[in-house]
Amino acid sequence: MDLLKRIILISLIFITAGNVSAQTEDGNADATTKESTEFNAGPFIMNHIGDSYEWHVATFGDFHLSLPLPCILYSSNSGLHIFSSSNFHHGHAEYEGFKISESDPNKGKIVEVATGERPWDFSITKNVLAMLFSMCLICFMFIGMKKYYARNVGKAPHGFYNALEILVLFVRDDIAYASLGKKNGDKFMPFLMTVFFFIFVNNILGLIPIIPGGANLTGNIAVTCVLALFTFFITTFSGNKEYWQDIFWPHGVPLWLKCPPIIPIVELMGVFTKPIVLMVRLFANITAGHIIALSFYSLIFIFGAKSVVAGYSVASVSVVFTIFMSVLELLVAFIQAYVFTLLSSIYFSMAIGGEHEEETAKQLIN
Amino acid sequence: MTLMTILSVMLDAVQDPSFMAKFGAGLGAGLGVIGAGLGIGKIGSSAMEAIARQPESVGDIRSNMIIAAALVEGVAFFAVVCCLLVIVG
Repeated sequence: MDLLKRIILISLIFITAGNVSAQTEDGNADATTKESTEFNAGPFIMNHIGDSYEWHVATFGDFHLSLPLPCILYSSNSGLHIFSSSNFHHGHAEYEGFKISESDPNKGKIVEVATGERPWDFSITKNVLAMLFSMCLICFMFIGMKKYYARNVGKAPHGFYNALEILVLFVRDDIAYASLGKKNGDKFMPFLMTVFFFIFVNNILGLIPIIPGGANLTGNIAVTCVLALFTFFITTFSGNKEYWQDIFWPHGVPLWLKCPPIIPIVELMGVFTKPIVLMVRLFANITAGHIIALSFYSLIFIFGAKSVVAGYSVASVSVVFTIFMSVLELLVAFIQAYVFTLLSSIYFSMAIGGEHEEETAKQLIN
Repeated sequence: MTLMTILSVMLDAVQDPSFMAKFGAGLGAGLGVIGAGLGIGKIGSSAMEAIARQPESVGDIRSNMIIAAALVEGVAFFAVVCCLLVIVG
C-alpha cells in the first residue's frame, strides 16, 4: 500500500507536468512587440505575487511555456461551465460568454461578457493547485512518518524523519505544551501541528522558483484569512465562562470603566482584531518578502534595458542581494509559521481559562 | 510656502492626477517603518544587555526576542500594506 501510494502520487505529478502545453503569443502585434522589448517590473512582480488561471513556467523570447488550469464556473444565467483556461489565449479571447476582465474592479479575473459580473468561480487556479500539492506533500510526509514510527517502536529515527522529528517536537514542546500545559496541549495539538506545517511548507514552496513551487500561497490574503478564521472559531467555541467574563466584565477594573462600557467594548474589539492581525501579519510578511526579492532580481533587467554593460555590472550586486533576501525569506518562512502557531496556542490558553496556570506552574517548579 | 510651489510644479509636470495620493502613500510607508526600526532596535538592545548579564540564558532570550520582533514587525506591515493599497488601488 505504501509503494502504491507513492506511485500514485509521483504519477500524478508527472501527469500534471505532461499537460504543460506550449503557447505562443499570437495576433495583437503592437501590444506584444512592445511588451517583449520593454521590461515592466511592476506587472512582472505582480504576476508572480498574484493568482492566475494558468501556471506560467518559463518564457523563451516570445514563447510562453505554461500549464493551463481548469476553469470551473457557475453562472446564474447559463449554468455550469468547465473548460481549460487555454481557451482564453492569455486573456485575449472570449469563450462561452466569459472573458478575463482587463478593467479595474475584477482585473485578471473571469467575468461574464454580457453583464460584466463575476460568476461563481470554483476554478483550479495556480494557488489552488499549489495548495493541493502542498497538502499531498504534507500528508505524504506525515503518514510516512507514522508508519515509520510504528515499524521502529522505541528506536531513534534516521534520515528525513530524524529532521522532521525536530520540528514536530519543537511544535509540541515549545509551542503547545509551553502555553497550554500537557493535557490541553494534547487536545489542541492536531490543529497546531497542521497549521504550523501548512504555513511552513507553503512558505518554503513559495520560495522555490520552479513549478510546483513559486506560487505564493500564504501571500494570498484569502488563505491567511481562512487560517485566522480557524483560530477565531476554535477560540470562540472553546471559551469558557471565565473567558467571556474577562471580556465583558473584567476582574479588577473600576466600575466607572465598566458601566458605560468602555473596557468591554475595547476587549470585544480585541477579540476580533487578534485574528485579523494574525491574518495581515502572515500575508504582509510573505508578500513583502517576495516583492523585495523580485525587485532586486528585476534590477538586472531594468538596467539591462538601458544598456547591456549596465545590466551585467548590476547583475553581480543584484545576485548577492537576491541571495541575501532569499536566505532572509527562509528565516521569515519559519518565524511566521512559529509566530502564527504560538499566538494561536496563546489565544487557546486564554480561552480555556485558568486551568492551565496550575499545570504550567507545576512544570516550572519541577 | 515653498513646499506648496514645489508641489504645484510637480502637479503641472505629472500627468497622473492621483500623484498626491501616491506621494502620501510613499511618505506614510516610510514613516511607518521608522516606528518598526525604533521598536525592534530597542528589543535587540535589551536582549543584548540581558545576554551580557546572564550568558547561559541565551536560548530563552533569543526566542523571546524573535517573538517580540515578529509582533512589532506585524504592526509595521499594516502601515506598508495600507500604503500599497493606496498605490495599486
